[in-house]
Amino acid sequence: MATTKKKALPTPEQVKQEIISKYPPKVARKRAKQIVAVGEGEEGCAPEIMANVRTIPGILTMRGCTYAGCKGVILGPTRDIVNITHGPIGCGFYSWLTRRNQTRPPSPEHPNYMPYCFSTDMQDEDIIFGGEKKLRAAVQEAYDLFHPQAIAIFSTCPVGLIGDDVHAVAKEMKEKLGINVFAFSCEGYKGVSQSAGHHIANNQIFKHVVGTDDTQPAGKFKITMLGEYNIGGDAFEIERLLDKCGITLVASFSGNSTYDQFARAHTADLCTVMCHRSINYVADMLEQKYGIPWIKVNFIGAKATAKSLRRIAQYFGDKALIEKVEAVIAEELPAVEAVAAEVAPRTTGKTAMLFVGGSRAHHYQDLFSEMGMKTLSAGYEFAHRDDYEGRSVIPTIKVDADSRNIEELEVVPDEKRFKPRKSEAELKALQEQGFPYKDYEGMMAQMEKSSLVIDDLNQYEAEKLIEIYKPDVFCAGIKEKFSVQKLGIPMKQLHSYDSGGPYAGFKGAINFYHEIDRLVNSKVWGYMKAPWQKNPELSATYVWE
Amino acid sequence: MLLRHTPPEIADRKALTANPAKTCQPIGAMYAAFGIKGCLPHSHGSQGCCAYHRSALTRHYKEPVSATTSSFTEGSSVFGGQSNLLSALENIFTVYEPDVVAVHTTCLSETIGDDIPQIADKAKKEGKVPEGKHVIHANTPSYVGSHVTGFSNMVRGMVKYFSEGTGRRNGKINIIPGWVEPADMEELKRLAGMMDVKTILFPDTSGVMNGPLTGEYAMFPEGGATVEDIRDAGNSMGTLALGEWASADAARLLDTKCKVPCKVLDLPIGLAATDRFIDTLRLVAGTTVPDTIAFERGQLVDLISDYHQWTYGKKVALVGDPDQLISLCEFLVTLDMKPAHVITGTPGKRFEERIREIVPGDVNVKAGQQADMFLLHQWMLNEPVDLIIGNTYCKYMARDLDIPLVRHGFPILDRPGHQYFPTAGYKGAMRILESILYAILDRKDRDDPEETFELVI
Repeated sequence: MATTKKKALPTPEQVKQEIISKYPPKVARKRAKQIVAVGEGEEGCAPEIMANVRTIPGILTMRGCTYAGCKGVILGPTRDIVNITHGPIGCGFYSWLTRRNQTRPPSPEHPNYMPYCFSTDMQDEDIIFGGEKKLRAAVQEAYDLFHPQAIAIFSTCPVGLIGDDVHAVAKEMKEKLGINVFAFSCEGYKGVSQSAGHHIANNQIFKHVVGTDDTQPAGKFKITMLGEYNIGGDAFEIERLLDKCGITLVASFSGNSTYDQFARAHTADLCTVMCHRSINYVADMLEQKYGIPWIKVNFIGAKATAKSLRRIAQYFGDKALIEKVEAVIAEELPAVEAVAAEVAPRTTGKTAMLFVGGSRAHHYQDLFSEMGMKTLSAGYEFAHRDDYEGRSVIPTIKVDADSRNIEELEVVPDEKRFKPRKSEAELKALQEQGFPYKDYEGMMAQMEKSSLVIDDLNQYEAEKLIEIYKPDVFCAGIKEKFSVQKLGIPMKQLHSYDSGGPYAGFKGAINFYHEIDRLVNSKVWGYMKAPWQKNPELSATYVWE
Repeated sequence: MLLRHTPPEIADRKALTANPAKTCQPIGAMYAAFGIKGCLPHSHGSQGCCAYHRSALTRHYKEPVSATTSSFTEGSSVFGGQSNLLSALENIFTVYEPDVVAVHTTCLSETIGDDIPQIADKAKKEGKVPEGKHVIHANTPSYVGSHVTGFSNMVRGMVKYFSEGTGRRNGKINIIPGWVEPADMEELKRLAGMMDVKTILFPDTSGVMNGPLTGEYAMFPEGGATVEDIRDAGNSMGTLALGEWASADAARLLDTKCKVPCKVLDLPIGLAATDRFIDTLRLVAGTTVPDTIAFERGQLVDLISDYHQWTYGKKVALVGDPDQLISLCEFLVTLDMKPAHVITGTPGKRFEERIREIVPGDVNVKAGQQADMFLLHQWMLNEPVDLIIGNTYCKYMARDLDIPLVRHGFPILDRPGHQYFPTAGYKGAMRILESILYAILDRKDRDDPEETFELVI
């Protein structure tokens, strides 16, 4: 309970030992490398954490699969592609509308296939004799019904096993129908988490869609937003701010996005990266192929939002833009600060834990600190070491068999379209001014010393952490929600936002402050014990007097 | 319009399923396994299956849904999942200490051809399964049947692994409740209790998937059918299997394996189906029905008569699972409503026939492949209805077509109640009728012109 006085906490090492003592030796050895305390490593360095490794069978993981990462996360928020899941019905069904990606077609006539679920619903005869024929027919039927601009095909586990050549079917149907048809080999067993699916999805979009439309969007300051998925309307708020500043969003990967945006992404002059994990390689490829530099941004948290807008302005170096951005920040911030001040007496000193995603467990720490709340422990579900320790460790990351299975695209400058937006000298000059071009310092750099950082947290460990630290709020996903809440700890979903949001940008920060205030001060946690449970002893007054 | 691309012209589809009215087997097996006390369901496949099933069940029940996975990698997909399952079992029994691990397969492990009993046996021999603990399994290939088939297969697995006939009858009646809500299982036990009939009900998710908030979390709550009870089911006088699709297989196996005779009944949803359930229970248990049950029945009949003018002749579109739809259609006919379109993605030859037997006159009905909500939507565009009954996914059609929706079935992701309040039995039928009347009368109140806006209805 928030009001009870907390006794002295055990050291991170003690906590770690207590957690792993329950495991069989092999599991304990592995988990020991995935649980580290900030400040453990060499001076100034984040300690090394084991991440992006196989999930341990039988351990109640939070992770999902490659298909979920590909079809659900990356392609989920794009409204005008007909997405056909090739497989038995389940995968298509479970990824049908469950991620809360929002989208706003400009008119009722514009296509929006997001409320639909399409599947080949493979049967046993398709598994035995192959499913290509059915897939071909399904693509044809979808085309005849909708005449979409593009059709995408997503492979589920058995497809890879029986050897259906989804790419050949896609190629054949593309030629036949005269629309773009492409496929993803995103079988669930590939990789170790959703992260592999993000990579497979992004690679195919990069290969098959990006750079296919040279229409130049209007606007002076053109950017892309990479790794923002418009959960709960986050993208709408970011778009509102960019618009207000006079910055043109050419393409979003992939919140509130369309096929045409992907096709024209190469016309932007700057790429901004929200979720480093799910898309940093696309940013690299856009730079290598088209000459667009990228920066890491974060629109979660009011301060982070202001900083990100300033960085974009700084990149373009246009005085009018810089002034406009400052004016927008000055206009928007007072309302945010007023709410922060209003909730502060009720949130300051409270504690949070965040175990979610590949960037959210980092980004949301900003919002908590704006409310005076401390993050006790955090970790990602599917991140890699660089998301924890910063990009400087990338050259030292060991590429294992699971990662090798995920295609790395060889990218060379596009003969026609490569155009460095900034010269090397210009970029160097920017960097010298402290401009963090192509950099991400990771989660740990921001966390207090001795905070526990845990990769791929599981249910047993979550329970242990709650028992030991008794946080005031725990953040994870739907699967974790109710086991946490049964313990009397409010749980905030940072995948789906519990049907709340937006939490990005300035308006989002206000929403989040109110939401966390509501959660950590909710009266419901005081109702859990009945009066007779609180005072079970019989006293002399048990008779009527 | 959310479903703006659905045309009224119905083109024959042979390959494309759109907006499915079913999902895959493993989730049914997982749900069924939660009906065993102290059981941890285990998904033998990629970890995404388990994540999806846990998410879907959590969204439906708003309860912890703890299940484990073999977390297949590319290697396991080539060489088989034996080593993954072996280490999973070792880890599960060490860390979570369940009494039972109920393994179900997935399309991946089925395509590979993993032999679960052989692997479980090896785990036992290697000491990975502690003494007195159990590993049971069901084959649930996702490319056969539907989620209902998976539920049925896991219930059958319970009988296969646990039920034993000792030759000494225990004087009890087995009730296999089918894929219903925990509240329904509770209601069936309450009704049997009122009749003084001793029952073994399995699976039983009451108390598991509708638990209290107390500040304590038990991974294995008090609810669920015990292994001893399911074992003892082999000594019962008989079995009532509720629902041909979800329960009959297990009941028939009990008959062949332990010589416990069975009757397959429709799910006791609505007046007539509940009548048959109570009457059959009376006959097989050789008891009388107490007045208290007759009183509940009378209340239902009273409610039907009080509001008959508002249900009479109303056309309804339904989508869901076969066992549920059969009883629901029958209840709608009881209310003089008219089922107009009936869809289930779950295959089964008898389904269409049963619905046509129950519903007088014309009815659109389809089961199995391409029997999906896309088709249902098209049917409604061509022949509008007054009400839709189905799961939460129906809300898109309901909004576009401006037709009231009564939520029933799986999954219900956006409204509470289904976990706590039954739709089975007479009380349950009253609740269904109440929901229908609220939907119809709220719509009437919304649409009535000011002069006919009624205070007393």
